[in-house]
Order: sequence, then C-alpha cells, then structure tokens
Amino acid sequence: MSTLEIKDLHVEIEGKEILKGVNLTINTNEIHAVMGPNGTGKSTLASAIMGHPKYEVTLGTVTLDGEDVLEMEVDERARAGIFLGMQYPSEITGVTNADFLRSAINAQREEGNEIPLMKFIREMDSKMEILEMDEDMATRYLNEGFSGGEKKRNEILQLTMLKPKFAILDEIDSGLDIDALKIVSKGINEMRGEKFGCLIITHYQRLLDYITPDKVHVMMQGKVVKSGGAELAQKLEEQGYDWIKEELGIVDETVELEV
Amino acid sequence: MTVETKVALTEQDVHSYSVKVNEADWMADFRTNALAKVEQLPMPKPDKTKIDKWNFTEFPVHAVESSLYAALSELPEEARAIVDADEQKNIYVQHNNTPAYLSLSEELKVQGVIMTDIFTASREHSELVKKYYMTDGVNVDENKLTALHAALMNGGVFVYIPKNVVVEKPLQVLFLHDNDEASLFNHVLLVAEANSKVTYVENYLSTVDEAKGLANIISEVFAGDNAQITYGAVDVLAKGFTTYVNRRGVASRDSRIDWALGLMNDSDTISENITQLIGNGSHCDMKTVVVGRGKQKQNFTTEIVHFGLDTEGFILKHGVMLDESSAIFNGIGRIAKGATRSNAVQESRVLMFSEKARGDANPILLIDEDDVTAGHAASVGRVDPLQLFYLMSRGISKHEAERLVVHGFLAPVVSKLPIEGVKKQLTEVIERKVR
Repeated sequence: MSTLEIKDLHVEIEGKEILKGVNLTINTNEIHAVMGPNGTGKSTLASAIMGHPKYEVTLGTVTLDGEDVLEMEVDERARAGIFLGMQYPSEITGVTNADFLRSAINAQREEGNEIPLMKFIREMDSKMEILEMDEDMATRYLNEGFSGGEKKRNEILQLTMLKPKFAILDEIDSGLDIDALKIVSKGINEMRGEKFGCLIITHYQRLLDYITPDKVHVMMQGKVVKSGGAELAQKLEEQGYDWIKEELGIVDETVELEV
Repeated sequence: MTVETKVALTEQDVHSYSVKVNEADWMADFRTNALAKVEQLPMPKPDKTKIDKWNFTEFPVHAVESSLYAALSELPEEARAIVDADEQKNIYVQHNNTPAYLSLSEELKVQGVIMTDIFTASREHSELVKKYYMTDGVNVDENKLTALHAALMNGGVFVYIPKNVVVEKPLQVLFLHDNDEASLFNHVLLVAEANSKVTYVENYLSTVDEAKGLANIISEVFAGDNAQITYGAVDVLAKGFTTYVNRRGVASRDSRIDWALGLMNDSDTISENITQLIGNGSHCDMKTVVVGRGKQKQNFTTEIVHFGLDTEGFILKHGVMLDESSAIFNGIGRIAKGATRSNAVQESRVLMFSEKARGDANPILLIDEDDVTAGHAASVGRVDPLQLFYLMSRGISKHEAERLVVHGFLAPVVSKLPIEGVKKQLTEVIERKVR
C-alpha cells in the first residue's frame, strides 16, 4: 500500500494565499472526491501537489510513502507515481500524441529498457478503443485542435497508459456530455485496485454517480471543512453548500484566482 | 564613417592562385576586375542587424590543400552519416578548398548532365559558365562581399541539366570543412535548361569545433522554361566563421524553384535567399528552418520578387533561438508593376527558449501592382512554461520536454520539406543542437 499525505498545506499565487492549511491522506485502493463551490482552492490543491510553476508552497508538507514530494522537480513527482489530469491541458504543436506518450512511458523506465514499439502500439490501441477515441488521435499533434471532450479523454488515456500510484483529476468531468462522462468514468474505474489511489476534484455530483468515492471532502476558503462518505456527495447534490456554511459559521469569500 | 577594409591579397596573389587551380584565363581577369572594386563598394545592409564590427575580410589563408578521397568510404565518420555510400552515385565532395571526390553516373553523362568542380568547369564548359557566372544572378558589384567573393572564389561546383532531361535521384554535394585555418569562398552554379528537372542537395559540414576563417558563399540557380529545381541545403558550419551566404534563384516561364534550407550554422551568419520570378507562371517555394544557440548572431533575409504574370511565391520560416542567440527574420514579398495576378504569401515564426535569446520577424510586402493577392503571418514568442509543466507532469525531464517542444515547433516546416534525405539529416542536426 502507498500513501499520499498532505499536511497543513499553505499555497500562494502571486503573493495571495489560496490554501490555508489543507490536510488530506489518500491511500491506494481509495478514491477520494474533493468538492466545493467555485474559487475555494480545489484546483490550487491539485496544481500545487504536481508542482505548477505559478504556485508557491509557503508552509506544510506533501509526502508520498514518507518521501518529500515538494523537494522533487515536476518530472520527478510524476516518476514517483503522481499524475495530474488537467482541467486545461496544453496544446503542443509538432509532437504527436503517440510520440509524446511513448516518451512519457520511457521516462519511467530505465535506459535500455524502453517499451518495445509494437507492445506500445498494441497497448495504446486497446486503451483508445476502451475510451472510444478516433484512431487518428494517436497521430495528431498533442491536444492541438482537440475538442474539450477529446482533451479530457486524452488525459484519461495518459492515465491508463502511465498507471501512476496516485491520480489527481482536476475537473475531468467539465465540458463532457453524458456519454463522454460514462466513457471517462469507465476508464477511471478500470484503474481501481490495490495499486491505485485517486483524488477527484469536481463541482458536480454527477461524475460520482459513475465513480463511487470512498471518501468525500468539502473545501471552502482554502481548507477542507468537512469529510464524509459517498452519502456526503449525495447530500450536497440535494441541498447545496449553504447548510455546511451555516453549520460551520462560514461567511462567503472567494479565495482562488484564475490562473 | 568609412569602414576600412583592406584585403590582404594583391592582384598578383589572385593571379597566381588562378594559375595554380588551373582555371580558365577569363576567370583570372574576372577575379582581378572584381578585386579592384572591393575597396570602394559598400557592405551589404541586412535589415535590423548591425554588421559594421563583423569581420568579413580578414582570414588566415586564402586556400588550404587537403587530401583527396579515392572512395566515399574514406570520408570521416560524420560525413559518412550524411552520404549514402552505397546508393549515392552522383556526388561531388570538396575537402576544405580541394575538389576531393567526384562521381557522376554514365547514364547522366550520356544525357549531357554536367557536375564538376568550378575550376574545371570554367575551362571545359567555358561558354556556359561564363554566360551564367555572376551575370544575371548575383552581380559582382552588388556589394563589397560579392566582389570579394568573385576575387577570391576558392571552390564550388557547376551543375548543368540539359533541355528535357529529368534527373530522378538527388545530386549531392558535400563541402567538408575540417581545417580550422580554411576559408570557404564557394560558388555553386546550377543551370537547368527548359523542361528539365533536378533535385540538388548540398551539405556544409564542419568537423572542427572552432573555425578561424571566413565563409563567403554564393549559389546561383537558373531554371529554364518549364524546368523544375528543388534545392536542398543543410548548413552546419562551425563557430568562429563569419558567414555570408547568398543563394539566388532566377526562374523563367512556367518554371519552379523550391528551396529547402536547414540553416544550422554555429557561426555568426548573414543569409540571403532571393528568387526572381522573371517568367510568366513561374513559382517559388522557400522553406527555411533555423536553430540558433550560444551567443550566435544571425540575420536571415528571404525574398521573392515577382516580375512575371501569374507568378506564385511562398515563404515559410521557423526558427528556434536557444541560449543567448539572436536572429532577425526578414521576409519580403515584392511584386513589380505589371506582375498581374501574382500571389505572395509568407509566414515566419520564431520561438525563444531562454530569457537571453532574441528573435525578430519582419514581414514585408512591397506591391506595385493592383491585381494581386498577398498575405503574411508572423509571430515571435517565448516558450510557454505551461507546456513544459504539462510535459514534465508526465515524467518527461525538463531537457527532454524542451527537446520535444523544439522539434515540435520546427516540425510543420521540416515535415513539408520536399527532399526526404534533407528531412532526415535536419532532424538529426536539430537533435544534436538541443542535446
């Protein structure tokens, strides 16, 4: 079993504090959902764990099986087993999706032990079939001209090919119609198991209809203010967030900046 | 201010050199006439690059003597990598200033195709060379450097494709530079007569790390009526050279000249690539890829001049600036009065990879005719840190991520180059540069 542990995490962007002490522990074989209104620091949490260049960690720790993640470069974090499925994946001209993915897989492997080309192609083909992606998406330039839904599927394709220990999925459901949502959920559910833990960041309950979380956390004003089981998501869907604010005496304030 | 330029060589030196290389007598006169003009002619004025402090006139020796090659297998390893010794039957190799190897198939010879070093050509094909050599293409008195070139020319090749002859496989010319004292005043003269077709590929390859000489290179390319020329070049000259490279095309009626240039020098470089679309219905396509690194300063002027009716010109340039390198990309589409229904299109893109790298793209359209179409696109920008973050978040190292972005940025041009061999070589040179 592996553990990703976030303790008292404080994060600033351009001098403004967004995360004000987040605590979360995720084990493999667990799926956690982080919910909360817009602008409460959910995406900041995801980006800071991966090491986004615009976010500065001012206090707190992130460890993976005791190893200090914050000391690692972005690529080292990835090779240690952390994956971030992004809300807005970058477009990269001239680099085909397949070439990119093969570079990423080989980056995890020792030099001289690169994945055989045929094996790679077979694996990519089969994963793309599961995700119902057009064949030509392997040879198209990375995310260039992809629709919103195609980009999200492509993130999940990378997830299933790279097989990280922990995936953080930042609003992977936004911009997906119901059919695409089912397909993406299928991809994520295939990953479920003893070697995989996941943190799903979402506004909406509907993704959780297809991926049942083990734990649900609510973030407000840069902190996790409430945690519970799958039933918590259900209650949020029915009643919104106001009851939590009332219960905890929280006054509205948006902390997250658009990056 | 007058720039003082003294050329170390006298008329006598130039004359003895001419005798030594056993060229035609007319060439000796041509040289001495040019030498007399060097001093009073102005330097070229590449737009937006100040070159008054650059050394274009001083060099250690005029010419060095280097070994001949009895077979392509004797070439150094770096050169063998770009010459397919088994397949390439039509190749000229120049070793520094020495014509070192020549092979031209019987099949082509029988059809009247000529490929030979420029000195021999001046004797054996005197009338042809005289007709085209620095007359209608690049003129001796265009500037100080063209005159200097004419006076000191110390290498190059003459390629001639007779009327109606189609050469299927690329002709290759390798200019191998492995002596740091050597200077390259190479002249390439490529003439394709009416209805002929040829693909020509040249490689400039330095195998020394640092050069002390000058490179003053001129290519003149003539496409006869309805002829098709594809001209590929991969330039990899060493740091330390001051490089002036002038590649010029002249296109007759319904002809086509396509350029595929990989300008990968490590030297400070002024590159000028101009094609004149003289004949009606002529066509030019210029594709250029550049990678700058170190403290290199470069200027790339790409120009298509439309004189004929219904002429078409397309310019596509992508450049990546690494380290502290800087480069100016001038793209010029010029349509003369009377060049009705011409079309001038250009696109220049520059990507800077570090804080200290500099790049500038100047798209210029000069149009003296009403009934034409023209367009340009240009962009200059720094590498997007979020792109690198994205790639790195998949475990790819920063260096590998940068490598992918560089290849990716150049790929839209590289992938469209019309010559497979050039594509492959360029990809490898780019790979070495970003390593």
